[in-house]
Amino acid sequence: MKRWLLLLLPLGFVGIALFFYQGLGRDPTARDSALMARAFPAFEAVTLEDANRRVDETLLRGEVTLVNVWGEWCPACKQEMPQLLELADHGIRMVGVNYRDRREKGRAFLDEYGDPFELNIFDPEGSLGFDLGVYGAPETFLVDADGVIRYHHKGYIAPSDVQARILPEVEKWR
Amino acid sequence: MAIEIIPEVGHFALMMALVMAIIQAVVPLAGVATRRSLWMAYGAPMAAGQFVFLALAYLCLSASYLLDDFSVANVANNSNSLLPWYYKASAVWGNHEGSVLLWSLMLAGWGFAASAFSTSLPRDMVARVQSVMAMVSAGFLLFILLTSNPFERLLPNVPADGADLNPLLQDFGLVVHPPMLYMGYVGFSVVFAFAIAALMGGRLDAAWTRWARPWANVAWAFLTVGIALGSWWAYYELGWGGWWFWDPVENASLLPWLTGTALLHSLAVTEKRGSFKSWTVLLAISTFSLSLMGTFLVRSGVLTSVHAFANDPSRGFFILVLLGVTVTLSLLLFALRAPRVSHRVGFGWLSRDSLLLVNNLLLVIMTVTVLLGTLYPLILDSLNLGKISVGPPYFNALFVPLTVLLCAFMGLGPSARWKRMGARELTTKLWLAGAGALVIGVLAPLLYAGQWNLWVSLGLVAALWIVLPLVRDVIDKCRHAGSLGRGLARLSPAYWGMVLGHLGLAVTLVGVTVVSNYNVERNVRMAPDVTVEVAGYQFTMRELTSRRGPNFLADTSLIEVRRGGDGRTFMMHPEKRLYLATGMPMTQVALRPGLFRDLYVAMGEDLGGGSYAMRIQYKPFVRWLWLGALLMAAGAVLAVIDKRYRRVATRRGAATRRVTP
Amino acid sequence: MALMRLLALLVGLLVNVASLAAIEVRSFDDPVLERRYADLTASMRCPLCENQAIDDSNAPIAADMRQRVFELLQEGQSDSEIVDHMVTRFGEYILYNPRLENRTYLLWGVPIALVVLATLLVILLVRARRHASSQALSDQERERLAALLNRKRSS
Repeated sequence: MKRWLLLLLPLGFVGIALFFYQGLGRDPTARDSALMARAFPAFEAVTLEDANRRVDETLLRGEVTLVNVWGEWCPACKQEMPQLLELADHGIRMVGVNYRDRREKGRAFLDEYGDPFELNIFDPEGSLGFDLGVYGAPETFLVDADGVIRYHHKGYIAPSDVQARILPEVEKWR
Repeated sequence: MAIEIIPEVGHFALMMALVMAIIQAVVPLAGVATRRSLWMAYGAPMAAGQFVFLALAYLCLSASYLLDDFSVANVANNSNSLLPWYYKASAVWGNHEGSVLLWSLMLAGWGFAASAFSTSLPRDMVARVQSVMAMVSAGFLLFILLTSNPFERLLPNVPADGADLNPLLQDFGLVVHPPMLYMGYVGFSVVFAFAIAALMGGRLDAAWTRWARPWANVAWAFLTVGIALGSWWAYYELGWGGWWFWDPVENASLLPWLTGTALLHSLAVTEKRGSFKSWTVLLAISTFSLSLMGTFLVRSGVLTSVHAFANDPSRGFFILVLLGVTVTLSLLLFALRAPRVSHRVGFGWLSRDSLLLVNNLLLVIMTVTVLLGTLYPLILDSLNLGKISVGPPYFNALFVPLTVLLCAFMGLGPSARWKRMGARELTTKLWLAGAGALVIGVLAPLLYAGQWNLWVSLGLVAALWIVLPLVRDVIDKCRHAGSLGRGLARLSPAYWGMVLGHLGLAVTLVGVTVVSNYNVERNVRMAPDVTVEVAGYQFTMRELTSRRGPNFLADTSLIEVRRGGDGRTFMMHPEKRLYLATGMPMTQVALRPGLFRDLYVAMGEDLGGGSYAMRIQYKPFVRWLWLGALLMAAGAVLAVIDKRYRRVATRRGAATRRVTP
Repeated sequence: MALMRLLALLVGLLVNVASLAAIEVRSFDDPVLERRYADLTASMRCPLCENQAIDDSNAPIAADMRQRVFELLQEGQSDSEIVDHMVTRFGEYILYNPRLENRTYLLWGVPIALVVLATLLVILLVRARRHASSQALSDQERERLAALLNRKRSS
């Protein structure tokens, strides 16, 4: 056998090792939402605030909106509330999805931790959450003026994420 | 006073072991280069010293666990004062730091054994082997001391109690599974060291393979048992009744097993016939490299798995460097020193040589398939091509046909002769076995289930095609010897090892086939005095109560099971536990094991009104999976006691003594 | 047989063991639907868990997905419709059996290519080695010689 062919063996391994090296820095659980660049799913629901007010996906047309999926049972949602309030202070339109929650608990949560939302879509069965591909609250979606999902933040929004990630994305799609 | 410094003693012992490893890595090799036998002789005492100090370090960590020294971070994070003593002792390797320490201890143990049993080998060979072993060992000791020190203290804020051992790990299977698996992984380092030593010395003759073969067999036996225990543990502990999930961590243990199996066979060819020389060396390098890669995959967090350790990129980076250096250097050495063209040893189409060639190629294809499926998501992600998952459907789709193909050749192998053999002779020998396998395999599902099933038939034909030719071969061999008793006695342990190994695979295959196709699973609602029937057994809940264990609360139920045929009854009690320290709920499965079927009852959610969801499973032949693995391991060990290895050792010993006064 | 029974007992020493299974009681009128439900839930990965199929996981999202699979089956949707339904929401990531497309050609192609290559390799190697030794003898003579040599060696 030609000796240079054998040299392909260590080279091939170095190739695999490079992939390993790249993989080291990455979070294997991080991945984009399947809904990226697609229209916000159609839905019909009432709001958390008013059991008689019906809303649907047209709610999210006309203005860039941050849709935050939260629940009273979710500890990280409490911790990210100050950041959401800060985002609301920047004049961003915020809509909440009260996910798999009970009405009175959800309302008590907003009374206690603050309410940055224009309104909250009440989703006690998690059906809108399911259509959004939510698999653990909190999750945040940026929806542009045409109702298309442009950015997805999985999990807790850290204080540093506000300036570093969320605000630039909002500016980009405004 | 003396007790308080135990962790520091352990830490110190680790450093001593590292120093000795470095001396052992450098001095004997320098001795070989400069032809100084005194330098070469440094290897054996250093190997022994390393083992002693690592054993001391390991005992120190165990002592910290048993004495509940929560000032040691490792103990505080993984133990609890309420834990029974045996789980305290096994908690040592239930975490990253402790398990690397165990790994290093075993490496030192294998290194010590390799140098103790090799006194009759040529000195330069032994010196090189010891050096290579010590290089690997030094790498791991550095890894422990720099990134994963198990003796780190939590001073001055010592917690009052520990965080507890993960309840999943509080179990007998997990007490024995990791040590067995590590023994296998690490054991291949000896074969690796022999291969590298042979490459360095330029002596790639059949001799090194004869020296390496017993080590390969023993390491392979440990790995086989380790994998089987892991599968058994997953079967009952993870509670889904599954026994293989194609999880990256499982795959990581399967990879060296596959190349290790190829290695065992290729070593046989090289020893007996002098061919496949480079190939054998490459397999020895690959097997240990894959063991190392498994360690990397499990501990670096690059892949998601149910079994992975809590990950840390800096550790991952260190192991990657260790892996990269070891594998690249050994492959480079191989590329530069592998024999250019071995003298051509001729063999024909139907010879044991060509059948073993096919066996090796198939096993390598299986290895590449598993490797590809395991790493493909990682590679795509690195190239920003998105996230995908590769799971059981992919692996099964490729593994089933490859295994059937492998079995087709396996049936021929033991009956074929080295070099060449006429097709007619082989046909005469095997037509009956083949016809028997076909008839029994095709009819069995009809008789067993009353309905024909392609997959069952395929699996059974393959298994029988392994077993029946072996039976025929044993009978043939005895016929030549005159009486049956004398014939059986004359067969060598190596031969019996082969028979047992192949038989083991057939047994596992039957288990896989039957349990995959005839498994019955029912999720039912049960309340006191409700009866359900599953696979001919009647399950009646008799009692539903609560109890308190040492570190958990449990809802427990008593199920009476009545067998349909003879009306025999027995009790099973599944449980649902809440572990107090972690607040983790766990389902305690009730298992009724049997050689031909397991009954499996797991308790689920409280459905309200005094009723519970229960999962009842009937798993025919599931024990055969692990029984087969035990047979395979027993076969590998049996082959080691063959006279051949001892005789050669003493003859060589005599020769060396004569040469060196 | 006695030995096997002993080994089996050893393997089955522990009668009670722990687990984390998700257990739901669902009733199917049609065994085919039940089979399809089992296959579908076994081949979809739980998006939240480490590495578990949705039929094995007790994560809330896995329970939701099982429920949705169950409902879609009852509505009479086909397997591929159900898979598409899930993929539009959770992405290709949830498929344990990756679809054949540009980026997965190699995943399926390499093993098949290796089988072909290995077949060629065996043919070439054995042909080369067959002619490597004693050309002078005919096949029959060679076989007889081999048989003799082997008999001599084994006795």
